[in-house]
Parts: sequence; C-alpha cells; structure tokens
Amino acid sequence: MRTLLTMLGIVIGVGAVIIMVAIGQGARSSIEAQINTLGTNMLVITAGASTAGGVSQGAGTFNRLQIEDAAEKLQREATLITAVSPVISTRTQLIGGAGNWRTEINGVSTDYQVIRDWPLASGTFFTQDDQRALRKVVVLGSTVAEALYAGMDPIGERLQLRSVPFTVIGVLAAKGQTATGTDQDDVVLVPYTTARARLSGRSFIAQILASTASPADIPAAQEEMSAIMRESHKLGDADDDFTIRNQNELAEAATGTTEVMTWLLAAIASVSLLVGGIGIMNIMLVSVTERTREIGIRMAIGARGSDVMVQFLVESIVISLAGGLLGILVGIAGSALVGSLTGWSTETSPQAVLMAVGFSGAVGVFFGFYPARKAASLHPIQALRYE
Amino acid sequence: MTAMSTRSEASPTRASGGLPSGDFIIDATALTKTYRMGTNEVHALRAVDLKVRAGEMIAVMGASGSGKSTLMNMLGCLDTPDSGSYLLDGVRVEGLSTNELADIRNQKLGFVFQGFNLLARTTAIDNVELPLLYDRTHRWSNPRATAIEALKKVGLGDRLDHVPSELSGGQQQRVAIARALVTSPRLLLADEPTGNLDSRTSVEIMALFQELNDEGITILLVTHEGDISRYAKRFIEMRDGRIIRDEDVDDRHIASVDLLTVDDPELAGTP
Ligand SMILES: Nc1ncnc2c1ncn2[C@@H]1O[C@H](COP(=O)(O)OP(=O)(O)OP(=O)(O)O)[C@@H](O)[C@H]1O
Ligand SMILES: [Mg+2]
Repeated sequence: MRTLLTMLGIVIGVGAVIIMVAIGQGARSSIEAQINTLGTNMLVITAGASTAGGVSQGAGTFNRLQIEDAAEKLQREATLITAVSPVISTRTQLIGGAGNWRTEINGVSTDYQVIRDWPLASGTFFTQDDQRALRKVVVLGSTVAEALYAGMDPIGERLQLRSVPFTVIGVLAAKGQTATGTDQDDVVLVPYTTARARLSGRSFIAQILASTASPADIPAAQEEMSAIMRESHKLGDADDDFTIRNQNELAEAATGTTEVMTWLLAAIASVSLLVGGIGIMNIMLVSVTERTREIGIRMAIGARGSDVMVQFLVESIVISLAGGLLGILVGIAGSALVGSLTGWSTETSPQAVLMAVGFSGAVGVFFGFYPARKAASLHPIQALRYE
Repeated sequence: MTAMSTRSEASPTRASGGLPSGDFIIDATALTKTYRMGTNEVHALRAVDLKVRAGEMIAVMGASGSGKSTLMNMLGCLDTPDSGSYLLDGVRVEGLSTNELADIRNQKLGFVFQGFNLLARTTAIDNVELPLLYDRTHRWSNPRATAIEALKKVGLGDRLDHVPSELSGGQQQRVAIARALVTSPRLLLADEPTGNLDSRTSVEIMALFQELNDEGITILLVTHEGDISRYAKRFIEMRDGRIIRDEDVDDRHIASVDLLTVDDPELAGTP
C-alpha cells in the first residue's frame, strides 16, 4: 500500500510528461498538416534579404523586385521547376451578387493552381489565353462564393473589382484555415496580367511561388532560382535582395515555437518526476531502517555489502519502473482523454514513452543509491541488535 | 597481563595443548574488546585466549554482561576485536576486508540466535536456501535440493513452504539450524539457542545439536541454563570479559535419552 502511494509520484510524473509531450506533438503535427495544405514541393520567393527570423526587410528593396519579369524569366529559364507563378496581392472591395465583400485579390498565373494543389469546386480556371488577353475573369475562393452567391451558382455572374467589371469563371474547393488561423478561402484569383493592367495604383505585396516535380529537386531548384533571380536583378556582387524558402523551412518556422513549448511543458512535468523520485528515496530510507535486522541477518549468513546494496537498488528500480509503466498507461489514457475533452489533437510519441521509462529507471537508481549504500554500510552486529 | 594470569589459573590444562594451530578450528589469543560509552569504558573482553579442536561441543556460561555474546561475535567474524589474534580453521582473520569476512561467515560458519532471526514472510525453504545464494565459490549446483535436505535433517521436511509466523518457536529454531548447517560449516555458533523455548523443545534442539556434533560439526553455544550446558562436552564460564573456568563436562547428558523421560509432565518443567 505504501509502496503503491510512493509509486504514485512516479506514475503522475511519467504520465504528465507523456501527456504534455503528446499535446505538444499533436499541436506540431496539426500545424505541419496545415502547412502541407499550402501546396506540394513549394518554393516561395519574397522580397528582401532574410533575417534570422526569416522576416523580410524594408520595402526599399521590394521595389527592385520586378516580380512579373522575374517570374517570366524563371518560367523561361529554370529547368528544375515545373510550375511558377507570381502572386501580387492587395485587399479590396467586391461588389456583386448579395452585396459587398472585402477580400484579398491575388493576381496569379495559370500555374498557381498546380503549385497550390488547389482543385476547383466548379467552373474552370483561367487559361494562358485569358492571361495573354488580359481578360477580366475571376476565380472565387469558397468563402467569397458563399458570401456573395449563397445558394446559387456564381459561374457566369458579373462582379465589380474596384469598379472594374469581372466575370466569374470558377470557384475553388475549400482549403480551410492556415496554421495562424487565416481563412485561405477568403480570396479571389485573377490573371496577374489583368491585375497589373486594371487594378494598379495600390500597394501590392508580391511574391513568387514555384514548385518542383519532386521534393528531391527542391535544393537544386532553389540554387537555380537564386542564380536566375540575381541575374534578373543585376545584383553583381551585392547581397541577395530576395529570399527563397521552401516548404520545410516554412514548416520549421511555424513548428519551432511549438517544439520549444513541448519541451518546456515536458520540463515542468519532469519536476513531478523528480518529486516522485524523492518519494522513492524517502520510502527506501524508511525501508532500510525498518529492515535493519533483516540486513543484519543477511550479513550474518554471508551477504556482502554489495549484495545488500544490489538488493535495495533493484527494489527501488523495480518500484520506479513499475511506476513508470503505470505512468505510461496513465499518460496514454490521459492524452486520449485530453484530446477528446478539448478537441486538441494529441499524439503520444514513442520517444516520450522511451524517455519516460529511461527516466524512471534512472530515478530508481539515483534515488535508490543513497539508501542502498546506507544499507550496505551497516555493521552486521549493530544491524542484528537493532530493535 | 592480569587477564592472562587469571585465565591460566582458571584453566591450567585446556586450550594450551601446545599443538600446532592447524589442529584447531578456533585459535584465538588475547582477544580484547572495549566499548566506550562517552567517558565510560566497558571491557567486554579482556585478553581472552581460546583454542577449540574440531569436533568439540562447548557450552559457554556466565552472568549477563560477562561478554559471552561479544566473544561469539568475534569468533563468528561478525565483529572485529580491538586487539588479539584469531585463526579460524587455519585462516588468519584479523586484517581481512569486510567482503572476505562475509565470505568466511558464508563458507565456514553457521549461526543460530536466541531470536531465531529468520526472514519474515519468507518460506522455510527460501530462508534455508539464502546462504547458498550468497556463496561465491559456486560449489552448490542445486541449492534448492540442498536446502530441502537440510530441512529434512532437522525434521521439517513437511514444512518447506511455511513462513515463520506459521511455525512454532521450536520449529522456527529448527529452520534457523537448517539454515546454519546448509552450507556444511566447520563451526556452528549458537547464542542462547534455547533461550526462547520451553524445556522439552530445548532438549529436542540439544538432541539435534548433539546429532550434528556426532557428525563432526564443531559447536559453540552460549546458555544461561546449567542443564543445557550438560549436553556439551566442554564447559567455559566467563565473568567480566574473562574466561574464569574451562573444563570438561563429566556428567554429560544425552538429549535423545533425556527426551524419553521429559515426556513425563512432572519432569517437563525441569529438564
Ligand atoms: N554495542 C555495544 N556498545 C556498548 N556496550 C556494549 C555493546 N555490546 C556489548 N556491550 C557491553 O559489553 C558487555 C558484554 O556484553 P555481552 O552482550 O557480550 O554480554 P553477555 O554475556 O552476552 O550478556 P547476556 O547474557 O545478557 O546476553 C556488557 O556490559 C554490554 O553492556
Ligand atoms: Mg548475550
């Protein structure tokens, strides 16, 4: 009974570590899953040199990024990328259907759909032809379609973008929220050529998206794009005025914080493991005192100090390992419970489980050592005489 | 020096036979042990000399506090004397490490205590097997069978799986004796082995000791009862940390014979 209570410390400690890591890992992998909705094998070029945090620098360098020209040059010259699209975006008011809707307008090329791996719910995407002829056609994100044309088919409808009439030719399938909670479907797409010609005059945020055929091509493609961009910007010996990031880097930036969080939570949870260890030390010390006579008997019949030491060490390791195993069960059950109660996705990681077992074993050795050594160093006669 | 003279006055013949020490199981010279309690000094042993040959059965008597247990602990390598020399079965004991002492206790000695000192919640067979498991010479190929044999020898072949709390005092002491002799020790040390037992059971235990002694085990036992000491072959009396008497037992009793008479309830109170 007392041993069970002692074990409880370890059980709670190990359980807490596992639950915390599971929550952290769950958050991490749901962010990763969301990053993957951005597209596949995607590379992003943004204006400005990268800083440590990956944030673009001032707008001064931005003006030098002739985004469409660069995109067209990449389209012509880069061999490793299979699709490339400039993205020039601004926010503006749409008028049409049920009324007004303020949303993001993205001027993109026909490749955009491939890069973002974004199927259509209905209609068609614009074509090279639309792009060349600067046609005023628009593809709606599902949120926009829902807002302006609830319950009806928007294909063929006309709407106004900054007083310029556009025809709806397609509706994108819903993609959901990004990791940071922005609605990816609250957007409309127009040919970038049309956007440049008809919607200019406001500050555009520009980037270039590209994608490769397979993830293995990404590093080489990145090099190649960098070279082409430098040439296009006539940089000579100057530093890059743009940044190319691939999807992994984007994912890392986003998951980095959750990683830190996970380990912080685990560290806090380990404190309870430590407390559990102290509990074990306490009960082992009590046990050594209570069993002093037994130790004396064992020594009298020929147990060496090391035999006694091993006996008590094994005992404390068994207690903490048993606690650890119970803790794993508690942790796994607890993670599932937390997941179903809060709706967070939790993920018990094998590493966390292994670590918890290893840690509880180590706790047993560490906190059992002092009591075991105390037992081993008892004098046979004093131990035998102990009442 | 006074200790020496006292001993030689008291026991002029025994324990100084002039034989080579190899013939003695115990060859102790001037064993001294002094306990200090604050400023108080207790001379538990004052230069005790003792020689014991193989096959002897010795009863040690003396008033409480005279140093009997202290002597047994020294001879049993459970404690180390402040000074003096001690050869146990030809092995010089002083200067040995605690591990070497543990091995000697395991291989050469068997202990029987007044309080039985069995491991609680541990079956008889497990208790008896324990010394074999602490052996480091690997001479016991089948400890379990050896332990069962020892228990059969003390008449407990049918109590193997009983824990001490399920056994009578006499039975517990038999388990303790089985544990002491399971390693086939050269020397059996018993400190008041019958102190917690009734008269009849005491005689039964002495019968067992005599049987073991007949088989060649040297036995040293401490007792407070003069009747018990009569089952030994040799008798030693201690006082104030010295041996003051050391002589043969001339009216030696045979316990197995006495058992026939103590069956009579009249005699049961005074064995
Ligand atoms: N650990 C100790 N610390 C202090 N004094 C001790 C210790 N052990 C024994 N003594 C003292 O040494 C003396 C001899 O003790 P010992 O136990 O040998 O006596 P004994 O002859 O066995 O007595 P009893 O018949 O009561 O068992 C006693 O005065 C005792 O108080
Ligand atoms: Mg005593």
